[in-house]
Amino acid sequence: MSKRLVQAEFNVERDPERCIQCQVCVRQCSNQVHAYDEEAEQVTCDEASCVGCQRCATLCPTGAITIKKAPPDFAPDNNWTSDVIQNIYRQAETGGVLLSAMGNDTAKTSWWDNILLNASQVTNPSIDPLREPMELTTFLGAKPNAVELSFDDQGGPSLATKLAPQLVLSTPIMFSAMSYGAISYNAFESLARAAGQYGTFANSGEGGLHKDFWPHGPNMIVQVASGRFGVDIDYLKVAAAVEIKIGQGAKPGIGGHLPGEKVDERISQTRMIPVGSDAISPAPHHDIYSIEDLRQLIYSLKEATRYQKPISVKIAAVHNVAAIASGIVRAGADIVAIDGYKGGTGAAPTMIRNNVGIPIEFALAAVDDRLRQEGIRNQASVVACGGFRSSADVVKAIALGADAVYIGTAALVALGCHLCQKCYTGKCNWGIATQDPYLTRRLNPDIGARRLVNLLRGWSHEIKEMMGGMGINAIESLRGNREHLRGVGLSDRELSILGIKAAGE
Amino acid sequence: MTSTKYLIIGNSAAGVGCVEGIRQTDPQGEITLLAKETEHAYSRPLITYLLGGKVDEAGMAYRPADFYAQQRVKTLLGVEAAKVDPAAKTVTCADGQVIGYEKLLIANGGKPITPPNLPGSDAPGVFTFTTWQDARDIEAYIAANAVKEAVVIGGGLIGLKSVEALTARGLKVTVLELAPRILAVTLDQDASDLLAGALAKAGVTLMTNTTAQRIDLAGGKVSGVTLPDGSQVAAGLVVLAIGVLPDLSLVAGSAIATERGILADERLATNVADVYAAGDVAQALELISGERRSIPIWPNAYRQGFIAGVNMAGGEKIYEGGLAMNSVEICGLATISAGVTSPPEGQGYEVLTKLDPKTKNYRKLVLKDHHLVGYVLVGDVDRAGIITGLIKGRVEVKGLEEKLLAPDFGLISLPSVHRERVTAGLGVWS
Amino acid sequence: MKRIVAKEEYCMNCRLCEVHCLVSHSRSKDLIKAFRQERGEIVPRITVERLGAVSFAVQCRHCDEPACVEACMTGALSRDPVTGEVTHDPQRCVGCWMCVMVCPTGAIRRDKSGHVAAKCDLCLETGTPACVANCPNEALVIEEDND
Repeated sequence: MSKRLVQAEFNVERDPERCIQCQVCVRQCSNQVHAYDEEAEQVTCDEASCVGCQRCATLCPTGAITIKKAPPDFAPDNNWTSDVIQNIYRQAETGGVLLSAMGNDTAKTSWWDNILLNASQVTNPSIDPLREPMELTTFLGAKPNAVELSFDDQGGPSLATKLAPQLVLSTPIMFSAMSYGAISYNAFESLARAAGQYGTFANSGEGGLHKDFWPHGPNMIVQVASGRFGVDIDYLKVAAAVEIKIGQGAKPGIGGHLPGEKVDERISQTRMIPVGSDAISPAPHHDIYSIEDLRQLIYSLKEATRYQKPISVKIAAVHNVAAIASGIVRAGADIVAIDGYKGGTGAAPTMIRNNVGIPIEFALAAVDDRLRQEGIRNQASVVACGGFRSSADVVKAIALGADAVYIGTAALVALGCHLCQKCYTGKCNWGIATQDPYLTRRLNPDIGARRLVNLLRGWSHEIKEMMGGMGINAIESLRGNREHLRGVGLSDRELSILGIKAAGE
Repeated sequence: MTSTKYLIIGNSAAGVGCVEGIRQTDPQGEITLLAKETEHAYSRPLITYLLGGKVDEAGMAYRPADFYAQQRVKTLLGVEAAKVDPAAKTVTCADGQVIGYEKLLIANGGKPITPPNLPGSDAPGVFTFTTWQDARDIEAYIAANAVKEAVVIGGGLIGLKSVEALTARGLKVTVLELAPRILAVTLDQDASDLLAGALAKAGVTLMTNTTAQRIDLAGGKVSGVTLPDGSQVAAGLVVLAIGVLPDLSLVAGSAIATERGILADERLATNVADVYAAGDVAQALELISGERRSIPIWPNAYRQGFIAGVNMAGGEKIYEGGLAMNSVEICGLATISAGVTSPPEGQGYEVLTKLDPKTKNYRKLVLKDHHLVGYVLVGDVDRAGIITGLIKGRVEVKGLEEKLLAPDFGLISLPSVHRERVTAGLGVWS
Repeated sequence: MKRIVAKEEYCMNCRLCEVHCLVSHSRSKDLIKAFRQERGEIVPRITVERLGAVSFAVQCRHCDEPACVEACMTGALSRDPVTGEVTHDPQRCVGCWMCVMVCPTGAIRRDKSGHVAAKCDLCLETGTPACVANCPNEALVIEEDND
């Protein structure tokens, strides 16, 4: 066997003054980095397997462990970086496709950081959200072109227009699609419970909805994807809304693959496939080759759900996203979800994750513009997703034109994810992206749901603070209000696509 | 004549257990407790620790000094019961007083066996060792006579505890055991050997298959013992530790049925109305055989006393059956055994053993029909109670045999019903 | 009655409960000192058992009719009739291991230094039991049952 050229990515430093040989690290590392040498009565380590998930460092009771990035000291080179070189070594050894997980980690710019928010000074008053009402309630679904009223004998008004079904969110943040299979049962339960507790929605992803989670149906959006896993009439009925998944920001244009070893009894029931069989989502829906085909599926689902539930269509942000979104709205979708190129995944080919698709900032601005220009913006809500990191990103997205956002990575981080990007190994030490029963129990959904609710509460409070600063007291007034955004360090072309002025203008 | 609602004869584990059992059911009814010994309720097994200097007099108390006052019990200590008259419902004491009762517990314990044909066994310097007073007497005798060597006759539990105490006091001790090994009743050969090794290490001379033929005297006091083969062992002190028998003197000639001990049923009641028996004097249900046997050990005495108390006070509580078991640590080597430890051949017993010669850890399990009926652990005795629980709970252990032998054996391997019950704090029986 | 309840489905076998139990019952109350200087003498009063993926912590269950109290010949073990807690007084313990012999959960260990039994005392001195306070996954919780 030839010598491997790939070097360790992390250094594991153990302070001998602090280590008490309690072996918590040994028991917690699913990558077998730590081991106990009975003879030497000492914990030893194999750094080559470390993925930098920080589990050991976090649980070490004496703080004896430090995990440090160990960039191999190749000759400095801006093109041939150590990551590039190591990747070539890997492929030269295996001949395989490089895999990654979570979102694109190569992008140097987040355009959100180049967009700044406004605040009131003198000429209009800001609002203190602790003293005055501040409305974050968000309605997702088609809105009528016009509203007609009827009046009773006493002249009392009532709404004559029949409204399309709406999802009512207490805050404009939902949990994005993460399937049971990609994430653990406990992670899924945490998301579902938190959505219910905070009055928002979690998305089942394309892996079905286990019967255990049916009670969470009123706060679940269920997906119909190219694999159609777990889709039957009960699945559609139990949910609050149905989402047709066309694409995903992390890997536009390709399908998905849940390896058979993750398909245990419970996942088999959920996905409606045999235990141990690979769950393969084809790249396209084999019945959708046009907007007309999509319309058929949208209306099939509307029929199946008696026109009582909004139907969403989720696409990856790609080059012609505005035109595609227009087609989707015209095909009858009540919600269009657009996933930017920084959206996460459990597994994607690295080259696709890092190079396919466009940033959500541009896609969102383009879609909102296009739908307005065509006069159909009211016919569907727009949900943005793909790399939302903070409440400020959310506020900027809404001002840019989104009705709400999906958060995925941020939710997982709240659950303990340390972004080691190794979800596809199935050895998630945090019990999130794994089906190993030794690991999944590490995520107690009581704690998970509590942390997610805290995150939503914190972000919502911050959103209110930022809105109050702008003198806005309802999220409806912020939507598409690009006058409250200014760009810094952006080219004229970027500013014009984003539809915002430069700072100082 | 005085009378009382509840009369308890005996002031040890069963007597105290009975008080606590009665009080759980009847907080007020008058209780009178009488005992031959004058001390407040003390821990009888601690007498060897007292002699060995490991506990002081204050440490002998089994319950706090105000226990009986707190429990509203009238005590008559130093008063020996002489006769029970179940027809008249009275107890006559040695000092002549007569006490009437509504409910009676006989828990006067056992009496040490003294060999009938051992010349010299009544000489000064020969002791039995079952009471606090014995400990005081032995201590005084050692001091007064500057005793340096002792012989302990009997390699059973009391014998070995005596050895430990005497060794701790700096005496050179020789043990004479009639059987081929020490603790022959409770341990098997391997475990006995391990303990014998520990004894030898502590400088104790162990002689098996032999006993004293005669106790030698010099100047009217003990000077040694002569063995059947004519050899002599020098000793200034002899402890007779052959065993104890239920003390039936109280009920002799009465209508109360006895065999080896006073026969007690599953409520710890005797055949005579309102008379109960518990502790070393009683012969009650044994768990594994289903027969009534006398098992003179502390935990059984307490439980019998407690259950008798509940029933005497009008409650309903059934005795699940006792299990012979013992925990001994001799010279630093811990041993726990329970139930059938040396099963007869060919009666369907299955025996599993594991001996680690390096650590001296030894595990032996005895099973019958996939149920544990006994075990011996030497060395690493931690968590022995789980195995005891399996015996008491009659839990089927089919398929668990290998795990039972493993040193890290624990609850996790057990049938979930049993596990859930014990982890809920419901005990083995619920 | 306060009881520590182990949620087996969330026990992740880290055994930090054992670590912190040991520290809580050490002289120094300091993690590093307790392990460096006192380990081997003192033992944790909680034990994590594992079989495959499943693990859980066991400590004194404070049984309704504690076998250990019945078996204790010195009176070192007693059950508080009001709180239901089974308490152990090491001053009165002589290390006869009768309690070890009968405890159905194997929750009483031998403290080798003092040659006395060691069992969960619910950390009554400090309030919250160290195992509960330091369980990173809330797999150990205090439950109060009101009977």
